[in-house]
Amino acid sequence: MTVQVLIKKNTYIDSVSLMSLSTKANEIEGIEQAIIAMGTEMNKEVIENAGLMTEDTEAAAASDLMIIVKMASREEGERIFEEIHELMNKKKDTSLGTTEKTYSTIQAAAEDIPDANVAVIAVNGLYAAREARKALEENLHVMLFSDNVSVEDEISLKKLAHEKGLLMMGPDCGTAIIGNTALCFANKVRKGNIGIVGASGTGSQELSVRIHDFGGGISQLIGTGGRDLSEAVGGVMMLDGIEALEQDPNTDVIVVVSKPPASKVEEKVLAKVKQCKKPVVVWFIGGSEEKVKAAGGHFAKMSKEAALQAVVLSGIDEETLDTHPLNIQLIKETQVKMKPEQRYIRGLFSGGTLCDEAMHIALEKFDNVYSNIQPDPAYRLKDASISQAHTFIDLGDDQFTQGKPHPMIDPSTRIERFKEEARDPSVGVIVMDFVLGFGSHEDPVGAMLPAIIDAKQEAEEQGRSLEIIGYVLGTELDSQNLEGQINKLQAAGAVHASSSQNAGLLAREFVVKGEKS
Amino acid sequence: MTRIQELFSDQLNVINVGIESFSNDLREQNTPVTNLEWMPPGGGNPKLIAALDKLEEPDMAKKIEAANKEAVERIIQSQPILTGYEQAIHVVPGMTKTTILHAGPPIEWDRMNGPMKGAVTGAIVFEGLAKDLKEAEEVASSGSITFSPCHEHNCVGSMAGVTSASMFVHIVENKTYGNIAYTNLSEQMSKILRMGANDETVIERLNWMRDVFGPMLRDAMKLNKEGIDLRLMLAQALHMGDECHNRNVAGTTLLIQALTPYIIQTDFTVQQQKEVFEFVLSSDYFSGPTWMAMAKCALDAAHGIEHSTIVTTMARNGTDFGIRVSGAPGDTWFTGPAQLVIGPMFAGYKPEDSGLDIGDSAITETYGIGGFAMATAPAIVALVGGTIDDAIGYSTKMREITTAENPNVTIPMLDFMGIPSGIDVRKVIQSGVLPIINTAIAHKEAGVGMIGAGITHPPMEAFEKAILHLVESK
Repeated sequence: MTVQVLIKKNTYIDSVSLMSLSTKANEIEGIEQAIIAMGTEMNKEVIENAGLMTEDTEAAAASDLMIIVKMASREEGERIFEEIHELMNKKKDTSLGTTEKTYSTIQAAAEDIPDANVAVIAVNGLYAAREARKALEENLHVMLFSDNVSVEDEISLKKLAHEKGLLMMGPDCGTAIIGNTALCFANKVRKGNIGIVGASGTGSQELSVRIHDFGGGISQLIGTGGRDLSEAVGGVMMLDGIEALEQDPNTDVIVVVSKPPASKVEEKVLAKVKQCKKPVVVWFIGGSEEKVKAAGGHFAKMSKEAALQAVVLSGIDEETLDTHPLNIQLIKETQVKMKPEQRYIRGLFSGGTLCDEAMHIALEKFDNVYSNIQPDPAYRLKDASISQAHTFIDLGDDQFTQGKPHPMIDPSTRIERFKEEARDPSVGVIVMDFVLGFGSHEDPVGAMLPAIIDAKQEAEEQGRSLEIIGYVLGTELDSQNLEGQINKLQAAGAVHASSSQNAGLLAREFVVKGEKS
Repeated sequence: MTRIQELFSDQLNVINVGIESFSNDLREQNTPVTNLEWMPPGGGNPKLIAALDKLEEPDMAKKIEAANKEAVERIIQSQPILTGYEQAIHVVPGMTKTTILHAGPPIEWDRMNGPMKGAVTGAIVFEGLAKDLKEAEEVASSGSITFSPCHEHNCVGSMAGVTSASMFVHIVENKTYGNIAYTNLSEQMSKILRMGANDETVIERLNWMRDVFGPMLRDAMKLNKEGIDLRLMLAQALHMGDECHNRNVAGTTLLIQALTPYIIQTDFTVQQQKEVFEFVLSSDYFSGPTWMAMAKCALDAAHGIEHSTIVTTMARNGTDFGIRVSGAPGDTWFTGPAQLVIGPMFAGYKPEDSGLDIGDSAITETYGIGGFAMATAPAIVALVGGTIDDAIGYSTKMREITTAENPNVTIPMLDFMGIPSGIDVRKVIQSGVLPIINTAIAHKEAGVGMIGAGITHPPMEAFEKAILHLVESK
C-alpha cells in the first residue's frame, strides 16, 4: 500500500467538478482511494481524517490542486496518474442546448408549441378519454387510436369537440389523412379533390388506394371511429366530417364509408347527404341502395365501385381507366380443378372492413357463411379459433389482440391459423389481405411466404388444388414496395387480386359448384 | 374560418401520445411532431385518476384555479426582508429551554436516523441539558425533551435542522403580508451539527456562534433600520450563477457585503470581526439558510387558502419526506419514505455511506429555486448528471408541474424565464413528474457529517395522499 501525491501549483478547478472527478477517479483500476481537491484547510482536514496526509499535501496552498492517490503498488502510479489526467482533460461537449425539449403532458406541450394542432393518442383505454379531453381543452383536433373507451366517454368527447369545432376522430380510429399527411395506419396517396369520411379504417384505406390507382387523389381522409354511427353516438363525427368536406374548397367529391348505420343515424346521415351541395358516394357495407338513391347519393355496393364512382365524379374519364375486370378465364379453370369436397372459403384478414366486404360478397351466393364479426348471431362463430363451412376471420378483433399487437404489425397469429386452414380438405380457397402503408408490417407478404409455399406443396402431394388469394393493399408510394410484395405472392403460386372487391369475388367464384356458376 | 378549415389549410403539427412509431412515421413525412414522455396519470391507480377527475369537474376546477391563483400571487408578491438576528428562545413561537426543533415532518426519537440523532444529542449537550453525548441519548429518550418540526414554529432548518433555545436565528419579515420566518445560522464546514456531527469541535463552534458570531450579526442588524431585501438579493444571486441551494457563492458575497458596513460599527473588537469574516469566507454556505428563511416566509403567506392545491412545504427528517398543501390548512402533513440522494461524494465515501434525504432546505425548491433553477447554475451541473443541457432540462421540466413563473426572480440562460413557482399536486399526479431537489448528503451514522451532494425527489406517495385528502375534504 502506498500513497502518491501530485500537487499542481496554481491550478483551479471548482469544488463540485472536483467531487465528480474524485468519484470517477475512484473507479480507476488499482486505486484504493483517490482525493482530488484544492489545497484548502477544509480539504486538508478531510485528508487528515482519511489518514492520507503527507508533507507535500501539508505544504499545498489554497490555490494548488492536490491529487492524492492511495494504491496497491507503486509500479501502477504512472498509469493511474495518466488516467486521472485523461479524466481531467476529457473533451467537452460544446453543442449547447441542442437537446430536444421534452414534455410529459399534452397541456405542457400545447402551451409551449402554439402551432400544434392535432393530438394523436394511443394509450390504454383506461386513460384514453382523459387524455383526449385534455387535448380538446387545448383546442387540439384529436385522433384517438385507443379502443376500450366507454360509449359515455365517446359521446361526451364528441359533444365537446362539436361545440369547439374540432375533429374528434375516434375512439378506435386507426386511419386518417390530413393535408396529405398520413396519420397512424394510412397509405401514401396522391393529393386530390376527393374527400373521405370513414367509420372504418381499412375501408378508408382501400378507398384511398383504389382512388389513387384510378388516377384520382385525396383531399382529406377523416376517420370517425367504428362506433360513430351507432344509435348512442349518433354519427356526430360523420356529420361534422361531411360538413367540413363540403366547406373545404379543395374537395369536390365526398365518399363516406361505414358498416350499415343504426337506422335513425342512417336517416340523419342521408339527410345530410341530401342537402350537401357536393356529390356524395355512399358505401355502407351491405347497405340499401334505395335509401341512398332517394337521398340523392351515389350508391356503391362494393369498394372498387365506390372508388370508381368517386374518380369519375371528380372529373376523370372512365374510358381511360383500367378497371381491373375479373379474370373469368382464371375462374373457370380454377373451378374445374377443385375437388368436389373442396367447398369452402376461409378468409383470414388483418383488416376488419376487408373481411366484412369479402364476407358480404360470399353471402350473396351462400348461406353458411360464418365469422367472428357476423351480424347474424346464428352465424357468429361460437369459438373463433375453429372454422366451419365458409369462415371469414377478422384477426384484428379484440379476442385476437388481447395482449398482442394488431395483425397488421404482428403476423404470427395469422400464420398459425393459416397452417390449420390449409390442412382442411374441405377448403378450396384461402383469401388474405396484406396491408401496406404507414404503421403496417415492413414485409407482410414475406412473413407469410414460407407458410404459403409449404401449404401449396403439401396440398399438391395430397392431390388437392389449394388456391390462395392474396390482396396487397397499398400504392407504389408506400415504403414496403407494392410491386415486390405482389411478385413474391405470385412467385409462391398464390393468386393476386387487384382490389379488396376482386379478392372477395374471386374467392367466392373459385368454390362455386356447377349449379351456381 | 372554422377550426377544421384552419387545420386543412395549415401545416399539420402533431403532439403524439403513446405509440412512438406513429411519430417516426410523421417525421418521415416531414410533419413536425412532438412525442410526449407520457406516463399513465397517478401511475395508473384508478383511485388517483378518479381524484383527478373529481378535481377537474368544472365547478371545482374553477374554485381551485381561483385559489391557486391567489396562492401563487402571494408567493410571488411576498417581499421577505432580513430584519435581524436573535436567540431562538426570544423570538421563535413556542420555543422553550427543553424544546428541540428538527427538520421535516413530526418524528419521535426512536425513528430518527443517524445524523438526526447525532444532531439532537449534540444540541442537548450544547444546551447544558446533559454532560456528554451518552447522557444526552438518555435525556432524548426520556420524554423530557419536546421534539417538534421547525415548520410548525415558522422556522426552517437545513439538514437535521436541529434548533435549540440559545441558538441564534435569522428574522425574516414579509413586508407584503406581515408573517415572519426564522432559521438558524450556517455552521460552515462539513463536520457540523446539522450534518450529524457532535464532537467537542462542533460544540465549541456552536458556543462561539452563540457568544460572538450571533450577537455580532444581531447588533449589526440593529443598526440597519431598513433591513435587507432578500428577494432582490436572491434575484441578483441567480443572475450571478447561484441556484441558492447547493451553490451560494454569489449570494454569500452579496449578503456579507450588505452586512459589513454594520458589522464594523458594532462594539466587537477588530480581532473578533476578523474571526467572523474569516468564518464567513471559509464556506460558500453562509447565505444558504438565509434563502431558506426567505422562501419559508413567502410560502407561509400562501398556506391555508381553501381549495388550493399548491404545495407550500417540502421537508424531510431523514426518515420521512413530508409535504404540506395550501388547501389543507395548519400542520397537515402528507408523508412518504425519504429517498436516497444521488450525486458525487467526498473522497473516501461511497453511496452506501449516505443517510437518506434530510432537511427543510427543499423549501427552496418549493419556492422555485435550488433544483428548479438549475439552469442558472451551470457551474454545478456535475450534481445533476454533468451537462448544461441536463440542467436546462430540469428547469424547463419543472414548468410542467408548477403554476406560474415568478417575474421577480429570473434565469438569464432561459431568456429570463421566471423561476417555476407554485407546485400543483394535481399536475404532479397527472404527469408523474416529481419535483427535483438539489441537496447535500450527510453520513448515515451520527457524528460524521457531510459526505457529498446531489439530487433527489420526493416520494410520489406524499402527493398521492395529498390529492386524496383534498378530494375527501371537499
